[in-house]
Amino acid sequence: MSLRTLLRHETILALVAVVLLVALAFQSAQFFTGANLLNQGRLMTEVGLVAIIMTFVIITGGIDLSVGSILGLTAILTGVFWQNLGLPLMAAAGLAIAVGTFCGFVNGFVITRFGVPPLIATLATLALYRGLAEGISQARSVRGYPDWFYVLGQGNILGVPTQLWILIAFAILASVLLAATRIGRSIYAIGANEVAAFFSGLPVNRTKIAVYTASGFAAALAGVIFVSRVSTTRSDMGTGLELDAITAVVLGGTSIYGGRGSVIGTLIGLVVIQSLKNGLSLAGIKAEGTAVLIGLMLIGAILMTTAFNKRRA
Amino acid sequence: MAVLSQASTLSTRKPQNSRPFIARLMTDYGQECVIIAAILLLFVAVGLYNPRFLSTSNLTTIFSGNAYIAVAAIGMSMVIITGHIDVSVGALIGVLATISGTLAVSGYPVWVAWGAPILLGMAVNFIVGWLVAFARIPSIVVTLGMMSILRGGLISITGGTWISGLPKAFMIAQWKPFGLPFPIIAMVVLTLLAAWWMRNFPFGRSLYAVGGNPEAAKATGISSERRVLAVFVIHGAIAGIATILFATQLQVIQSTVPPNLELTVITAAVIGGVSILGGSGTVIGSTLAAILFAAIGSALIFVNVSAYWLRAVIGGLILITVLADMIRRRPKK
Repeated sequence: MSLRTLLRHETILALVAVVLLVALAFQSAQFFTGANLLNQGRLMTEVGLVAIIMTFVIITGGIDLSVGSILGLTAILTGVFWQNLGLPLMAAAGLAIAVGTFCGFVNGFVITRFGVPPLIATLATLALYRGLAEGISQARSVRGYPDWFYVLGQGNILGVPTQLWILIAFAILASVLLAATRIGRSIYAIGANEVAAFFSGLPVNRTKIAVYTASGFAAALAGVIFVSRVSTTRSDMGTGLELDAITAVVLGGTSIYGGRGSVIGTLIGLVVIQSLKNGLSLAGIKAEGTAVLIGLMLIGAILMTTAFNKRRA
Repeated sequence: MAVLSQASTLSTRKPQNSRPFIARLMTDYGQECVIIAAILLLFVAVGLYNPRFLSTSNLTTIFSGNAYIAVAAIGMSMVIITGHIDVSVGALIGVLATISGTLAVSGYPVWVAWGAPILLGMAVNFIVGWLVAFARIPSIVVTLGMMSILRGGLISITGGTWISGLPKAFMIAQWKPFGLPFPIIAMVVLTLLAAWWMRNFPFGRSLYAVGGNPEAAKATGISSERRVLAVFVIHGAIAGIATILFATQLQVIQSTVPPNLELTVITAAVIGGVSILGGSGTVIGSTLAAILFAAIGSALIFVNVSAYWLRAVIGGLILITVLADMIRRRPKK
C-alpha cells in the first residue's frame, strides 16, 4: 500500500465529485447557489461528524452500528435533563453528551474486554440505546428551547452555518491526528495486523476503547446539533445514520477490512452522497429513492475496491 | 470480518451413548433447556400475577402471531452458523409481503401469491450470497446495502399504503387443521426438519465446519463458497415462508417494513444458543428463543410496563447473552 495508490483512489473520487457537482449545476439552477450549498453543509454536519470517527473505527478493523442510537439517546436526554430535571440547557446538553460518550466507552469496553466482535457488540447496543431512548421518552417530544440554543443548529457565524465550523474544526483535528501522530499510526497498525501491533508493544485495547469512545462522543455531539437544528427531540432521531456514515467512509476509500483509509477520502465521500441526495430531491425524487441509491453505492464501492485490489495482488 | 471466523472449536454435539439420557440432554442441549426453563418460569410468574396472560386467546397470539419470527430465525441461524449475518431480512420480508399481497388482490391464484415470495426470496438472497461468498464482500456491508435498497424501494414505490380486500383462500395463517393454528404447525415442522437436516446430513453438518474454521473446512475439501451461497439461498426461501405466515395473519398488509424485525430475528438466533462466532448452535434453540421473546413482549403488557421499554429489554438481553457466550467460550486457563 503506497501513498500513490491512496492518492489515486481519492483523486478519482474527487474527480467524480467535481463532475457530479457540475452536472447537478447544469441540471438545476437552484443547486449551485450559495444558499443551497451552505444549507447542504448544514445538513451534512451530523453524518459528517459521525463518519469522520467511523473512519477511525473502520481503520482499526471494527465497525460501530450503534451511532444512530447514541444520537437518538443523546437528543432525548438533552430534552429530558433540561425539562424534567430542570437543569440549565447548557448543563443538560453537556451531561447528555457525557452519557453518549460513555455509551461509546461501553462499546469499546465490551469489544476489548470480552472479545465480542464489534459487529455483534454494536448491534446489541444499537437495540439497547435506541430502546433506552424510547423508554425514557415514552414517545413524548420536548420543544420550546430558548432562542440562543438554535444558534448551534440554525444560526450562522460569518455567513457560514455554525455547525459547519464545528465540522471543519473536527475534520482538521481528525486528519492531523490520524495522519501525523503516534495514535494515528497505531490505529493503522492495529487495523493492518492486530497481533503484530500487540507484540510491537502498542496499547491495542486502550487505543480501541479510545476510538469507540470518540465515536460515541461524535454521535452525541451530532445529537445535540440535530436537536438544535430541528427544534425538537424524538426517540427515532438518527435511525439509519450508521448506514450513511459507513457508506461515506467506504466510498471514501477506507478498507472495510481495516488498515487503510483517510479522513479526506471520507469527506469527499460525504460531499458526493450529500450532493446526490440534494440533486435527486431537486429533481423531485423522494428521500426513500435516495436510500436505494445509497445502498447501491455502498455495495458498488466495495465491489470496485475489492476487484481493484484483486488485480493488484 | 476476520473476527467472525476466528472460532476454531468445531461443534462437539456428538451423541455419546455411554452417558445417561438426562446428562446427555443437558450437555447437548444446555442452552435449549435454559430457555425452556425461562419460558416456563415466565408463564408461571406472569400467570400468577395476571391469570388472563394464560388465556387461550393470549397464548394463541403469542405462539401463532410470532411463528413467522421463529421461522425466519431458522434461516438466520444457518447464516450465523456459517459465520455470516443478514441484517436485510426484515426489509426482505416487508417487500415480499407487499408483493404477495398485491398478487393475491390482483386475482392471481393463491399458489402464485404463496410461491412468489419464496422464489423471490431465493433470488434476492442468491445475489446477496454471491456477493458474500464469491465477491468476498463482508456480509454486514452487503446486507446493510440490501436493507437500504429494499426498504427505500418499497416505500418509494408503494408510499406505505395498506393492501386490503385479501381473498379468503389466501389467508393460510388463519387456517386451523386439527384445531391448531397453521403457523404453529409450520413453525414446529420447519424447526424439526432443519434441526434434523443440520445434525444428520453431510451438507447440514458441513455448515458447522465452514463457520467453525473456514481454513480447516477448505483443507478437508469442503467448498465454503458454495456452502455459503447455498445457505443464503435457503435462508431466502425460509424468509419467503415466514413472509407467507406474516402476510396472511391479518386482513390487511401494510406495505412498509416491519420495524426492527431483523434485530428480533438475529436476537432469537443468538439467544437460542447459536454462537455469534459461528460454528455452533441449533435451530431448536432459536425457535424457543423466538417464543421466549414473544412471551416477554406480551408479559410486559400484562404487568403494566410500557411497551416503549420493550426494545431496551431486548437490547439488554442480547448484550447479556453475547457476553455470556464469550465468557463460556473463553479458553480455560
